[in-house]
Amino acid sequence: MSEEREKPEMETQTQTSSLAGIASGHQPSEKALGVGLEARGIHAWFGQKHVLKDVSLDFWAGTVTALIGPSGCGKSTFIRTLNRMHEFIPTAAMAGQVLLDGHDIYDPGVDVTKIRLKVGMVFQKPNPFPSMTIAENVLAGLKLANLKVENKDDLLQECLERAGLWNEVKDRLNTYGGALSGGQQQRLCIARSLAVRPQVLLMDEPCSALDPGSTLKVEETISHLSSSMTIIIVTHNMQQAARVSDYTAFFLSDGGPGEMIEVGNTNEIFSRPRDQRTENYVTGRFG
Amino acid sequence: MPPIQVRGAKISLMSQTVLNSALPAKREITTKPRLSDRIFRSVVTSGGLSSLVILGLIFIFLLYQGYNTLHSQGIHFLTGSNWNAALNDSGSLDLKNSQFGIAAMLIGTLVCSTIAIIISVPISVMTALFLNFYAPDRIKKFMVTVVDLMAAFPSILYGIWGFFVLMPSAVYIAKLLHLYFGWIPFFKMEAPVFDRSPFIAGIILAIMIIPIVTSISREIFSQTPLDRVQAAYALGATRLGMIKAVAFPYARGGIIGSAMLGLGRAMGETVAVYTVLNIVYQVNWHVLLGAGGNIASMILLKFGEAGPDEVKALMAAGLVLFVATLIVNSLANIIVRRTSKGGK
Repeated sequence: MSEEREKPEMETQTQTSSLAGIASGHQPSEKALGVGLEARGIHAWFGQKHVLKDVSLDFWAGTVTALIGPSGCGKSTFIRTLNRMHEFIPTAAMAGQVLLDGHDIYDPGVDVTKIRLKVGMVFQKPNPFPSMTIAENVLAGLKLANLKVENKDDLLQECLERAGLWNEVKDRLNTYGGALSGGQQQRLCIARSLAVRPQVLLMDEPCSALDPGSTLKVEETISHLSSSMTIIIVTHNMQQAARVSDYTAFFLSDGGPGEMIEVGNTNEIFSRPRDQRTENYVTGRFG
Repeated sequence: MPPIQVRGAKISLMSQTVLNSALPAKREITTKPRLSDRIFRSVVTSGGLSSLVILGLIFIFLLYQGYNTLHSQGIHFLTGSNWNAALNDSGSLDLKNSQFGIAAMLIGTLVCSTIAIIISVPISVMTALFLNFYAPDRIKKFMVTVVDLMAAFPSILYGIWGFFVLMPSAVYIAKLLHLYFGWIPFFKMEAPVFDRSPFIAGIILAIMIIPIVTSISREIFSQTPLDRVQAAYALGATRLGMIKAVAFPYARGGIIGSAMLGLGRAMGETVAVYTVLNIVYQVNWHVLLGAGGNIASMILLKFGEAGPDEVKALMAAGLVLFVATLIVNSLANIIVRRTSKGGK
C-alpha cells in the first residue's frame, strides 16, 4: 500500500469520526444513557496478517450505527474487538483502545465477563442453547453470570416483548428453543442478550440467515431497542443499513488490512458520500 | 325433482374429475452406478460385514462349546459359586457330578468394573475438560500423546505395577475407607485382608480405561459447536459457566457412551486383574476384602490345567461374559439416545 494513499484516508477518518457525534447535532448527554462506546486507533491481526488498520469511531449512546462494506473488509473483526470476543480466535491480536464509559475495556485487571455483560452480542447465525427451553434461553445470561433478579417472570416477558417475540411464544415458554423458526430463534437470541441489560448491543449480520419477513421483524426490534441502548450492526444489506441506522461507517480493504473509509449520517453516506469509493459501493458499482 | 337431479349431475361430474386426477403411481427411483463405484461398494460392504461375521462366529463357537455345560448345569451356572470338575473312571469329565457355577465371578466382574468406572469417569472427564478448555497448546499435545500411550501400554505391566507399587498405597486408602465408611455395607470387612481386593483391581482397571474415556470425551468436547460457545461467552459467561451451560449438555451422551465403552473394556480385562486380584469362588460384595473374581481372569486361571471337557465349561463362562458385555453395550446405547436428545 502506498503512503500517498494512506494519508488522505487518515485525514478522512479523523474528520468523519468526529462528524458522527458532533456534526450531526446529536446530544447524547441529554439522553443520560452514558457516553457510549469509543474505539480509538483499533488495529487487528490474525497471526502475521494485519486485518484491520487504525479504526477510530465513536458510538453515541442511544444511536444505531451500521457498519457496511464488502466481505473481508474487517467489519466483523472490528465489532468483535468491541466486546473482546476477538481474543477467542487463536493467534488474534489487537492494538488501540476501546473505551466504555471512559474506561479501556482492554486494561489489565478488567474482568472480561463484566465487559460482555455491558456489551452484548447477537451473531450471524441464530444460536439458542438447544438444551434449554425458551424461558431458560432468555434467562441463561443471568445464570451464566450469576446475576440475581427479583422477578424472573417479569424480566422474561419484558425481554421477549422488547425482542418482538412475546406474542409468538408466550404459550410455549417451556418448550425447547430449537423448535422455533430461524427468525424467531434470532429474536430469541436478541431477547437473551437483553436479559443481562447491556448498554451496547453488537449485531454481526443478524439477518443474513433470515427470510425477508423475519428480517423485517428484527429490524423493527432494532428500532424499538435503539431508544434505550447503543446498537452497532454489521450488515451486507445496504437497504437495511439505510432503514435502521442513524450513522453508517463504510469499511474497505484494498487487499491489505481493512480500513474505515468514511463515517457519517446515514442519509449523507447514501446520498452524498464524500469518498468516491463509498459512492461506488453504496451505488452498487462494486462489492 | 329437478334440483336434485342437477345436484346429482354435479356430483357425478365432480367424482369424474376426482377420478381423472387420481394420483399417479409412484415411480421407482433408481440409478445405475458406475463400475468403479460398484466395486468399491462391495469392498466396503465386505469390510463392514466381516466384523459382524467374526463376532457371530465367535458367538456360535462359544455357544456350541458351552452348550453341554449350560444344559447340564442350568440356572446353577449363573447362581452357583462352585467350580469342581469331577472325572469319571475313564478319566473324562463327569458332567452330572461336576459343579460349574460362575456367580462369584460374574458379580466380581461387575463389582470390579463398576469401581473402575466410578474412579475413572470423573478423572477422565476432568482431564478432557482441562485438555480442551484450559491447557496451553503445547501441554495439550504432549498430554494427548501420553494419554494415548497409556492405552497402548500392555496390561500385564499394569498388573505387575499395580501389584508391587500401587497396592501398598491403595491398601492404606482401603483402610481409611473402612475406618470412616465402614458403616456402608460395601466397605465392611469380615477379616482384615486388604491385599488383592476388588477395590485395588478396580483402581488398576480405572487406570487402564482412563485413556479410552478421556480421548472420547475430549473428542466430543472439542466438537462443541463454536457458535454456542461464543453465545455463552458473549453473555458474560465465565469458562465454568460456559462448560456447564454449553459443553456439558452437548457432550453428556458421548461421555456416557465412552464410559460404557470403558466398562466393556473393564469387564473383559484379564491379565491385570489376574495379577492383582485374589480369585476366590465366593460371592463377595465387600470391595475392600481381598477376595473376588472376574470371569476373564478365571478362564485364564483355569485354562492351563483344564482338561478338554472343562475347557468347554470355561467357554460357557466366556459366553456369559460375551452376553453380559452385549447387554451393557445395548443399555449404553439406550442411555446415550435418551440423554443426548436435548443437547444436540
